[in-house]
Amino acid sequence: MPIDFLYPEYEVVRDASRCIACRACERQCSNEVHAFDEELECMVSDESRCVNCHRCVSICPTRALKIVKTDHTFRENANWTGDTIRELYRQAGSGGVLLSSMGNPKPLPVYWDRLLLNASQVTNPSIDPLREPMETKTFLGKKPTKIERDEDGRIKTELTPQLELSTPILFSAMSYGSISYNAHESLARAAEALGIYYNTGEGGLHQDFYKYGANTIVQVASGRFGVHKDYLSAGAAIEIKMGQGAKPGIGGHLPGTKIVGDVSRTRMIPEGSDAISPAPHHDIYSIEDLRQLVFSLKEASGYKKPVIVKIAAVHNVAAIASGIARSGADIIAIDGFRGGTGAAPTRIRDNVGIPIELALAAVDQRLRDEGIRNTVSLVVGGSVRSSADVVKAIALGADACYIGTAALLALGCHLCRSCQTGKCNWGIATQRPDLVKRLNPDIGMRRLVNLVNAWTHEIKEIMGGMGINSIEALRGNRLMLRGVGLTEKELEILGVKHAGE
Amino acid sequence: MEEKVYALGERYIGAGLSEGTIVLDKVPGNALGAYLDGGVIEVHCNAQDATGDTMNDGEISVFGSTAGYAMRGGAIYVRDDAGYRAGIHMKEYKEKVPALVIGGRTGSFLGEYQAGGVIVVLGIGSEDRQPVGNFCGTGMHGGRIYLRTEHLPKDLPEQVSARKADESDMAAAAPLIRRWAEKFGGDAKALLASSYYLLTPNTKNPYRQLYVTN
Repeated sequence: MPIDFLYPEYEVVRDASRCIACRACERQCSNEVHAFDEELECMVSDESRCVNCHRCVSICPTRALKIVKTDHTFRENANWTGDTIRELYRQAGSGGVLLSSMGNPKPLPVYWDRLLLNASQVTNPSIDPLREPMETKTFLGKKPTKIERDEDGRIKTELTPQLELSTPILFSAMSYGSISYNAHESLARAAEALGIYYNTGEGGLHQDFYKYGANTIVQVASGRFGVHKDYLSAGAAIEIKMGQGAKPGIGGHLPGTKIVGDVSRTRMIPEGSDAISPAPHHDIYSIEDLRQLVFSLKEASGYKKPVIVKIAAVHNVAAIASGIARSGADIIAIDGFRGGTGAAPTRIRDNVGIPIELALAAVDQRLRDEGIRNTVSLVVGGSVRSSADVVKAIALGADACYIGTAALLALGCHLCRSCQTGKCNWGIATQRPDLVKRLNPDIGMRRLVNLVNAWTHEIKEIMGGMGINSIEALRGNRLMLRGVGLTEKELEILGVKHAGE
Repeated sequence: MEEKVYALGERYIGAGLSEGTIVLDKVPGNALGAYLDGGVIEVHCNAQDATGDTMNDGEISVFGSTAGYAMRGGAIYVRDDAGYRAGIHMKEYKEKVPALVIGGRTGSFLGEYQAGGVIVVLGIGSEDRQPVGNFCGTGMHGGRIYLRTEHLPKDLPEQVSARKADESDMAAAAPLIRRWAEKFGGDAKALLASSYYLLTPNTKNPYRQLYVTN
């Protein structure tokens, strides 16, 4: 037996008394875990291929299947954990860079869970959102520094272009290529139905989806894939991608094998050619250079659309954001280190970047200190998992939240973190037509609408409890937050008091 | 049509222009003809950085020197030299094959990350040395670079292969060279009679980070 033999991580447990050998699991599994043994006349499994995506479990008509973590183990060691040993064996056997997908799974602090929200008692009574109007409408873009009046004393109401959201949530950038046509259609239609926005990512905009342009943010990244005037004109806003939370400082490389059919047409590159988006924009070495790209996009789109600059949350994020705010950008999007991805080197995903909670608090404070907070809106992402996370983000100073992983979960993702294989059994992170058709865009759209509506109800409920009836009054209202189990330094950066203070 | 007067060094002239012609006699600022979509721009002097950035269609002629970025279509003709990073990130798709023709020499990183399209460097006046700076074709994974020279760059990356262009290779470049000569008054016949190197991505040695699924 080779030294780097790795025992399968999961076991497929098949209840023989329930299994009717209908072979549905076999047909559904793109990883080819299940097979029918003609001789034994029963189903058999090859667990080594299993990614624990639950497709077979969900589809089994007799509930005969479950996937469990194997109890096979290395000798216990708190330093050399099983994962660490397995990764080392993989590399020693292949010489390869470890490649993972979705967000950082390491047990690093989740500050959302260390922040608690306030509610009114006795004084400043709470508001019942079922009875009274609650405003979650959000505008993203530059806000004027002062009120100006015309000669008749009327307030001038002209603003630079704004994005109007019915609720402070947007679907974050996921390219067509990294996710499927049906996933994009679901996101686009849900964004339209909800009065919010989805984001094309850097793979261009499929011809069929131009009709959702009013609810689309089009992305421009270093490779400039699918970027042309019609594309820039199609969206409601243009996002310049400088970085991504899952892999700060790392570019994208979609291999030629995935550049097929419509993906090739949408990216505007030939079938089978690699799509390389290097980490740097080769024309951006400074804030002044960024300013040039911001304004060239504004020139080309007639100053009708806000420009978003998206960065990963890294160590000097506050200073970087301050520069971006001065670059002419209307909105800054910050992506925290738990943000998802279709593929990233494991070591980058798990070790580079900082938590979005700290980045957001630092950026908001810095922009306030410099008196320029109103010149940009802040959108944060990088693992916003629930309405409570949204409320906490807004209280920390965000204008709105990007949700990516949460949206994919709504579409059926089971977080098996195998996107990089392109064999997604749920029809999301794949281009295989037989798999893509498993995701029904009618259902996908409905589930996304359900999710965002449910969160919006919860946001209103939480705001009502605080005695706040407008999301504006919650924005940057850190008095509504208390930390629990945090150090002085963490509280200082977050700008919140400890519970009990 | 009312003639617009552009300031010396004005940026973004002709950004996204889809039709019409702009003629400039004063040096334009950065990002001239960015996202150009069919318009024609003639510059009777030098141009600055990011000329034709992400242009999709149309034509830019520079009767002087300049630099450029990601083209997706259309053509840029430069009479004299180009600076650093000319023609980087060029893409092509079906009939959209962008072209960049440079009469003189270029700075470093010519055709960096080139994914498609045609770059021609005529190297006029630099016949005794390589007509491009360092790191030519770094990251190149598509398209073609023609260098009119006997001096092949010595630092071409492993992922780029070079050969003397034969007659069939020149088919893609010849019309561009003729057009350049027509514009700027060169001897197309003599230029075409010279020897060219053709640089293309080395398909046997692509950029591939060896990954192992984790």
